[in-house]
Amino acid sequence: MDFNEVPVTSERKSKKKKNKKAGNKRVSEAENGESAGVEKKSEEKIMENGESSAAFPPTFSVSEIKNKQRRHMMFMKLKQEKRKQKLQLRKKKKKERAALGDKAPPKEVPKTIENQRVFDETTVDPEDEEIAFDEGTDEFSAYFNRLTNPQVLITTSDRPRGKTVRFCEQLASVIPNAHVYYRRGLALKKIIPQCVARNFTYLMVVNEDRLVPNGLVLCHLPDGPTAHFKVSSVRLRKEIKRRGKDPTEHSPEVILNNFSTRLGHTIARLFAALFPQDPNFVGRQVATFHNQRDFIFFRFHRYIFKNEKKVGIQELGPRFTLKLRSLQKGTFDSKYGEYEWVLKRHEMDACRRKFQL
Amino acid sequence: MGDRSRLCSVWLGSETGILKGVSLTRKQAFNFCDTRQLSRDQEVRVLSWGDPPAESELLLGLVDGTVRTFSTEKGAFTDARRCGDPQDGCFAGLAALSSSTLVSCTENGAVRVWAEDSREPVTKLEAGKTVCRMRQSPVSRNKVATGGKENGLKIWDLQRPEAALFSAKNLRDDWLALRRPHWVRDVAFIPDSDKVVTCTGYHQVHVFDPSTPQRRPVLEAEYGEYPLTALSLTASGSTVVVGNTQGQIALLDLRKGLVCGCLKGLSGGVRGLQCHPSQPVVASCGLDRFLRIHSLEDRRLLHKVYLKSRLNCLLLASLELEEGAGGQVEGQAEVKEEEEDEDEVWASLEQVEEETTKRKAAEKDEETQKKKKKKGKD
Repeated sequence: MDFNEVPVTSERKSKKKKNKKAGNKRVSEAENGESAGVEKKSEEKIMENGESSAAFPPTFSVSEIKNKQRRHMMFMKLKQEKRKQKLQLRKKKKKERAALGDKAPPKEVPKTIENQRVFDETTVDPEDEEIAFDEGTDEFSAYFNRLTNPQVLITTSDRPRGKTVRFCEQLASVIPNAHVYYRRGLALKKIIPQCVARNFTYLMVVNEDRLVPNGLVLCHLPDGPTAHFKVSSVRLRKEIKRRGKDPTEHSPEVILNNFSTRLGHTIARLFAALFPQDPNFVGRQVATFHNQRDFIFFRFHRYIFKNEKKVGIQELGPRFTLKLRSLQKGTFDSKYGEYEWVLKRHEMDACRRKFQL
Repeated sequence: MGDRSRLCSVWLGSETGILKGVSLTRKQAFNFCDTRQLSRDQEVRVLSWGDPPAESELLLGLVDGTVRTFSTEKGAFTDARRCGDPQDGCFAGLAALSSSTLVSCTENGAVRVWAEDSREPVTKLEAGKTVCRMRQSPVSRNKVATGGKENGLKIWDLQRPEAALFSAKNLRDDWLALRRPHWVRDVAFIPDSDKVVTCTGYHQVHVFDPSTPQRRPVLEAEYGEYPLTALSLTASGSTVVVGNTQGQIALLDLRKGLVCGCLKGLSGGVRGLQCHPSQPVVASCGLDRFLRIHSLEDRRLLHKVYLKSRLNCLLLASLELEEGAGGQVEGQAEVKEEEEDEDEVWASLEQVEEETTKRKAAEKDEETQKKKKKKGKD
């Protein structure tokens, strides 16, 4: 009962104070803390508050000091004090944990924007018949039903220079059945029918800006969809430390991580259909597309089972990051094509905890 | 099935061939289809009412050239008939002329009138090589408008199929003296006048006036830089809502052709748009698999429903209002009469809640006022 009554009185006090004075926040906070001194944590908070209020008069703030050097000094002092208190608190907690031993409460999981993710209603339920049907009959179904073998044409924007050329070559070494062609100033809409006639299933266009690749258009043939990605942090093989020897011709295994929404599934299928269905496990190579906060990280590794427990991995490169800009229905037609999804900045990413993939 | 379908106020046709009904008052969506017999051949392209004033029958135009009839009373498909060959292309428009005859239009421009129980069309007419949309006039039901790529707006009287009542002339050349191409994507008749509004694949909105001798648009407005795919007139007919392939929807005033607001929240191209005939709301659906309902007054998003497949077309019931103040009571009374006890509970609950909240709010206001008074006295 005491526990209940005390904070009530404190509230009243603070209210009265607010009414009397023009709402001095610090004072009311300190008062609140003092009166509700039941829990240990709050007690410590009071200590902090008490000390700070002891050091300075209640309305004092460091920023009010006019002398710059003095202000700086005082601010540093304040900071140091705060840090000290924090350390003490942590030590105390650690001690408590050690004292409690096995009975200690489980450690709190840190809050990240991923585990605080806003629920997305398009998250795919694997048992849903309708979505299963929709996915089973989409444009990639021919590949997943083993009717077609992937064949990829890689080209660039006009007159590629610098990193882009090597990036394309290395992409071609990662993806089996990939051919790099020089663009020769051709229009994409003219290339696409020729690709379809030659049984290509993908057209990949790497865009560059100031010698660095910055965009990727991935067009599934013969009838779409087309995805447009932003490419960033490209590290080619040469720039990667502790990399393994050059990759072999074997077709790699593919790992697709964290593609949970309906859009994410489509994108995952788009990536999966780039590689042949049956990986050569002899090659021990893995291509990973890892989605985190809507950024897709690509890594290419070779693994080895050292013994029954240990696995060693070795990065082969290249590595880069993709971010989806748009997904368009049908083959590449940026002007008249219909978009299934477009990234609308400031409208979609207004909430940091909402993810699209 | 029957009681479910009677609740629905929004009907949607999807790319997977499922007819979807959404009840906004109960915040539920239903699939009216056998999930075991799904196929892409049954993709619903167009939806229309079979008997417009009563709104108890839905006509579904499928990709394979069949028209299925869905009874909202029974909640089941009652009829299916073939209208045209599959090689004519899929439907660009479908409308009922009377209870048994209907008019269909395919993408290759074949407009056909089908009477009941006859396999051959009663009337045939060719409306150009490509047709993107055919719409029926809400006033005189024998009047239809067609338009497509390189095929300007044409208005036909189905009683006299020999010649079009009105056909638009090509647009005037631009300032470089170059020809301007045509691409009508959607058409609508403006109520209480002869005028017709179209939206084009070149992001223009045109208003044609067949009552004047001018065969070129009397008003031209532009919105955005992507093809406009759908259009709908508001109840008053003074503003038009257009949507484009990037999922941008705008309200355009038809007096001067100025944008007077945009609707936010879409992420994929718009396929279907319709304004409610009496309420100030607009429903949109499209490739992002969502049905969204916006208010036209403050342009706020009122409802958002995820429907799992890409949506092609949309139809709002005119009688059943979503949450209007007067209309809702009527609707709920009907529900009470017809549905089981559960629904009664539901309906009554909602009503009570609203009332109590209002009261509470009122009471709170009063309380606060009293408090203020007291404080003042203190």
